[in-house]
Amino acid sequence: MANTGISQYSSYHNKVSRNRATSEPAWIRWSLIITTLVFLSFFLFVPLLAVFTEALRKGLGTYIIALTDSDALSAIKLTLIAAAIAVPLNLVFGVSAAWAIAKFDFKGKSVLITLIDLPFAVSPVIAGLIYVLIFGLQGWFGSYLSDHDFKVIFAIPGIVLATVFVTFPFVARELIPLMQAQGKDEEEAGLVLGASGWQIFWHITLPNIKWGLLYGVILTNARAMGEFGAVSVVSGHIRGLTNTMPLHVEILYNEYNYAAAFAVASLLALLALVTLVLKSIVEWQVARNASINEHSN
Amino acid sequence: MINHYFYHIFDSVTLARYIKLELNNMAKQKNVLPGFNLTLGYTLLYLSLIVLIPLSAAFIKTSELSFNEFWSVVTAPRVLASYKLTFGASLIAAIINAAFGLLTAWVLVRYTFPGKKIIDALVDLPFALPTAVAGIALTAVYAGNGWVGSLLEPHGIKVAFTPIGVIIALTFIGLPFVVRTVQPVLEDLEAETEEAAASLGANRLQTFTKVILPTLWPALLTGFALAFARAIGEYGSVIFIAGNVPFVSEITPLIIITKLEQYEYSSATAVAVVMLIISFLLLFAINGLQWWSARRNGSLY
Repeated sequence: MANTGISQYSSYHNKVSRNRATSEPAWIRWSLIITTLVFLSFFLFVPLLAVFTEALRKGLGTYIIALTDSDALSAIKLTLIAAAIAVPLNLVFGVSAAWAIAKFDFKGKSVLITLIDLPFAVSPVIAGLIYVLIFGLQGWFGSYLSDHDFKVIFAIPGIVLATVFVTFPFVARELIPLMQAQGKDEEEAGLVLGASGWQIFWHITLPNIKWGLLYGVILTNARAMGEFGAVSVVSGHIRGLTNTMPLHVEILYNEYNYAAAFAVASLLALLALVTLVLKSIVEWQVARNASINEHSN
Repeated sequence: MINHYFYHIFDSVTLARYIKLELNNMAKQKNVLPGFNLTLGYTLLYLSLIVLIPLSAAFIKTSELSFNEFWSVVTAPRVLASYKLTFGASLIAAIINAAFGLLTAWVLVRYTFPGKKIIDALVDLPFALPTAVAGIALTAVYAGNGWVGSLLEPHGIKVAFTPIGVIIALTFIGLPFVVRTVQPVLEDLEAETEEAAASLGANRLQTFTKVILPTLWPALLTGFALAFARAIGEYGSVIFIAGNVPFVSEITPLIIITKLEQYEYSSATAVAVVMLIISFLLLFAINGLQWWSARRNGSLY
């Protein structure tokens, strides 16, 4: 996921009109377009459509009952709690890491960047497993935790930890290239004029990185609310207590309660669509800002 | 960006000269921006607590096993069959994504057609859609009674609950990687090089294979590696469509979960360590590829 950042979208130049020598005949053009659309239909559009059709198959009444069921509501609540903790934590980390990496030179910087990427390379199942090894009953802190009657695994803290792990790099990954490209001239000018570190950050850096920051937060939130594998390992699947929305979908599905499973799934699919819309708005904003800067230079 | 109160003291020319002088002084010194120790310290602390120490737990746990025990766990026939499926299906899915991702990127950059912007945005759906939702949706579509499955079944093609289902799910989750790595490179490609090739007598296919494709190669390979790496660790979207038959459609992450549920922590961790080592090697390969890609594209200008 490393290369899907916002930075690539600022390069909407090079719109050269193409003549016959550098474009294809219409029949090739259209067969390529149609092949692409068929491929995307089988893998994207049809499955997406299936979520909503399956959800409404037994009518709107069943749909609403499935969503207002007390187990569903507590799953929604837990998903919101996990995201509400994981997103701010990784936001602060991302800004802090990007400040250190983009504004300063130090030894081992590229190693640090690679280490920040590690959670992307780790299977979600393993992300859950490592916290079981530490906080589980037989884990490092297992007996200490059970003596003090504090549960991490098969409880909310474990779910939050697993969510933090899988969404760890998103904000940092967006901000590091953005802040590296912006350099530090403006911050240094602020410093010369007597601004404090916080003033520089709030009045110079933050306005410059706000779109990248928002982009990172949107991606973090989407992944935090949708994470399945890692959360599945640490949750224990206790209905009404430690089930997030994706886990609730799994339980309903395995009980052959397909209409209810797809009803909850349709909420998550809506969340995904909202995420894509917000993402497109941010990308459009960035492209617009980039073209304004290009014209004013 | 300039604080207003300074204008009481300096006129703008003096101010500009002052700033320039100070900036030159700064350039001579090392770095004067504040917050280095704080931000780097916090970054290292948070990275250690959330990622490095927990990951090291996997390696420490495995060291409880003797090498022979470790080896017999990670080479058990059922585990070996799961590697074969996981890596084979991931490889096939990544190849499908490389081919169709290149095609999709090409169509999105070069051609115009109705609904293009919406389709461009929807390419990211696999990043945004929770994997469990993708899993049950793909199963519904490709099962024997599903929209696509019911078309394929009469021809003897079973997708759901077979290795083909695993490939379908892994193709879905890897779909955006190649598109999003190739797309920006294709956008930045200068039309002049293609015109030059055409004026030298190359036909369109020659221009594509001899001029365009070599430029896209590093990005294409990076996207392929990213899709492959993501597919290897994938769990949520696969388990619903795979059917999880031991030796046939059981992926390695599921083996880890099954062992965990039977409280076999050390053997679950042993398999996890094998996967971790492979993932780390892939991460380094991807970083190398991206570095190559950046250098290759940078040197174009």
